[in-house]
Amino acid sequence: MLKIKNIHARVEEKAILNGINLEVKPGEVHAIMGPNGSGKSTLASVLAGREDFEVTDGSIEFLGKNLLEMSPEDRAREGVFLAFQYPVEIPGVSTVNFMKTALNKIREYRGQDTLDAVSFLTLMKEKINLVEIDKALLNRSLNEGFSGGEKKRNEIFQMAMLEPKLAILDETDSGLDIDALRIVANGVNKLRTKDNATIVVTHYQRLLEYIVPDYVHVLYKGKIVKSGTKELALELEAKGYDWIKSEMEVA
Amino acid sequence: MSTATEKKSLSTSLIESLDLGQFSFADTQRSEAFKAFKATGFPEAKSEEYKFTPVTRSLTKHFSAPELSKQTGADESVKTLLNPEFSENRVVFVNGIYSKTLSSITADSKVTVQSLSEAVTADPSLLFDQLNTTDPFALLNSTLWSDGLYINVPKNVVEKKPLFIHHLHDANTEKVSAHTKLFITIDESASLQIIEKTDTQGDQPVFNTISEDIIVGENGAINYCKIQNDAGHLIQVANTTIHQHKASRADTYTFTLNGKLIRNNLNIIIDGEGCESHFFGLYLTDGDTLVDNHTTVDHKKPNSFSNELYKGLMAGKSKGVFNGKIYVRPQAQKTNAFQSNRNLLLSDDATVNTKPQLEIWADDVKCSHGCTTGQLDEEALFYLQSRGIPKGTAKAMLLYAFAGEVLETIKNEQLKNYIDSIVSERLHKSY
Repeated sequence: MLKIKNIHARVEEKAILNGINLEVKPGEVHAIMGPNGSGKSTLASVLAGREDFEVTDGSIEFLGKNLLEMSPEDRAREGVFLAFQYPVEIPGVSTVNFMKTALNKIREYRGQDTLDAVSFLTLMKEKINLVEIDKALLNRSLNEGFSGGEKKRNEIFQMAMLEPKLAILDETDSGLDIDALRIVANGVNKLRTKDNATIVVTHYQRLLEYIVPDYVHVLYKGKIVKSGTKELALELEAKGYDWIKSEMEVA
Repeated sequence: MSTATEKKSLSTSLIESLDLGQFSFADTQRSEAFKAFKATGFPEAKSEEYKFTPVTRSLTKHFSAPELSKQTGADESVKTLLNPEFSENRVVFVNGIYSKTLSSITADSKVTVQSLSEAVTADPSLLFDQLNTTDPFALLNSTLWSDGLYINVPKNVVEKKPLFIHHLHDANTEKVSAHTKLFITIDESASLQIIEKTDTQGDQPVFNTISEDIIVGENGAINYCKIQNDAGHLIQVANTTIHQHKASRADTYTFTLNGKLIRNNLNIIIDGEGCESHFFGLYLTDGDTLVDNHTTVDHKKPNSFSNELYKGLMAGKSKGVFNGKIYVRPQAQKTNAFQSNRNLLLSDDATVNTKPQLEIWADDVKCSHGCTTGQLDEEALFYLQSRGIPKGTAKAMLLYAFAGEVLETIKNEQLKNYIDSIVSERLHKSY
């Protein structure tokens, strides 16, 4: 589904990704872990198409298409979804209107009919139950004045509405207490199918207790330095990132 | 050695050439106003009040003095500019002249709507306040006005139907200089809603001044909405003064979406206790449009509340100007006065000059002001795009949300829908 080959990226003059290789197949969950500044969020941003980052080398193929040539909106319409680490507050735009516009733009792109008000509301109701979000929040301005947990839950709600093929969760666990974490993770798990894939970007092993990964990759200085199964995450948690750092320096 | 022949300024040429004999009414008031205009002339380039808004330069470029005082006729075709949404209770001026055929005043209304020339002839004291201004264009309007309206809402009459005042300009073949005057009195416990709009057809330059004095009696209310969305080459200076008496209420809305050079002077005089006043403005400019809103709120009596919110979106090479004066006189204790001006610049060449000016002599008051100028939030744009919304639509959504804060304050549903439609159309088209 996703083939990342030798990706190099920089922001302004600073190189952040220095040759990432990663392949994700349908149905898989990959965790990307690493210390602060290792390039985890940059990788997520590059996948979603954030313009601040310049890809200087390498390629990314998504469902057989060149992802790097696509605008952020086209990536979303092809099925990429980024759950933001810091969801943006947008006064004056309600989540409901936002989702209605987004969903219909995606449907248009795929040659489907746009949803009428009734079908949209029916779908919304179904997804509200799935991710356990307060309906009142959705009529308010997007993320404005939301708590950290409400913002993250709203990200998962949007994900449920748009049904992406590849979901990238960028530090979705940051700033969440254990209850919120569980609800968010439950939402993600309910949305998993054999046809879609998830990349979980996280600093801590905690989230991976709830969203169990098939593969764990450790990012350090813009490269994947270690890959393994979920046990690698536990090992990291026990030994800390210094373990990776010292191992790298010895090598 | 060369002999420089000094070109006469437009002020001088107008003062020398204007023959007040061409007008057949309000002779005394007119000559008094002309005398006052002679003393001010058109504002110079360095004039504090007009330094960002070169009305004089623009007029000099496009008009000769005789053209400024000439009235021009109009073609039937301008009636296509009329809004079907506002066909009831409508007063229409074409090139500054009242059009009986295009106007339709509801017969059963208790509101008096009368030609101002007739009203002034009958009662010369009506325009008593016209010299009480320092604005050269208000004085010029009092000198050159060709037609106008006198509107009176008698005591206890609450008029539900808005009065729609439409100024049409036919600039298809000739330059237009059109000057109208409105004098509105709302008596005790009476209320009125006015929607005023200007529209221009054709590409010839149009110079338009509108001056309106609105007097709101005790416990009365005015709801006043101005819509400026002129295609073509309109140079306009509008002076609106609202005098509020005890416990009265004023709500004003100023929407400017198009035009060449637009200057609005909105003056609110709060001359009674317990008044409430709300002023909203939204200007969406592109191309080389310049929109200047100068507002003054003068709190002369205690215990009143005023709130002002103006927002602007500037694209292309357009310019926005905002100047908001608040005066709180020594006796106006317990005044609450708030002002806010927010701007977004959508291109590198767009500019805005914004200046709040608070002068407070009373000590027991609550006043605040704030002005901001920024750009579209790129992070918000990316957020919307990352959900599959195309960049153009995402931009329009954010701009609409910005404008929405003003739009949602409109109480009249029909008006709100209309403004909403022209704003949305505009945001999707030009930005």
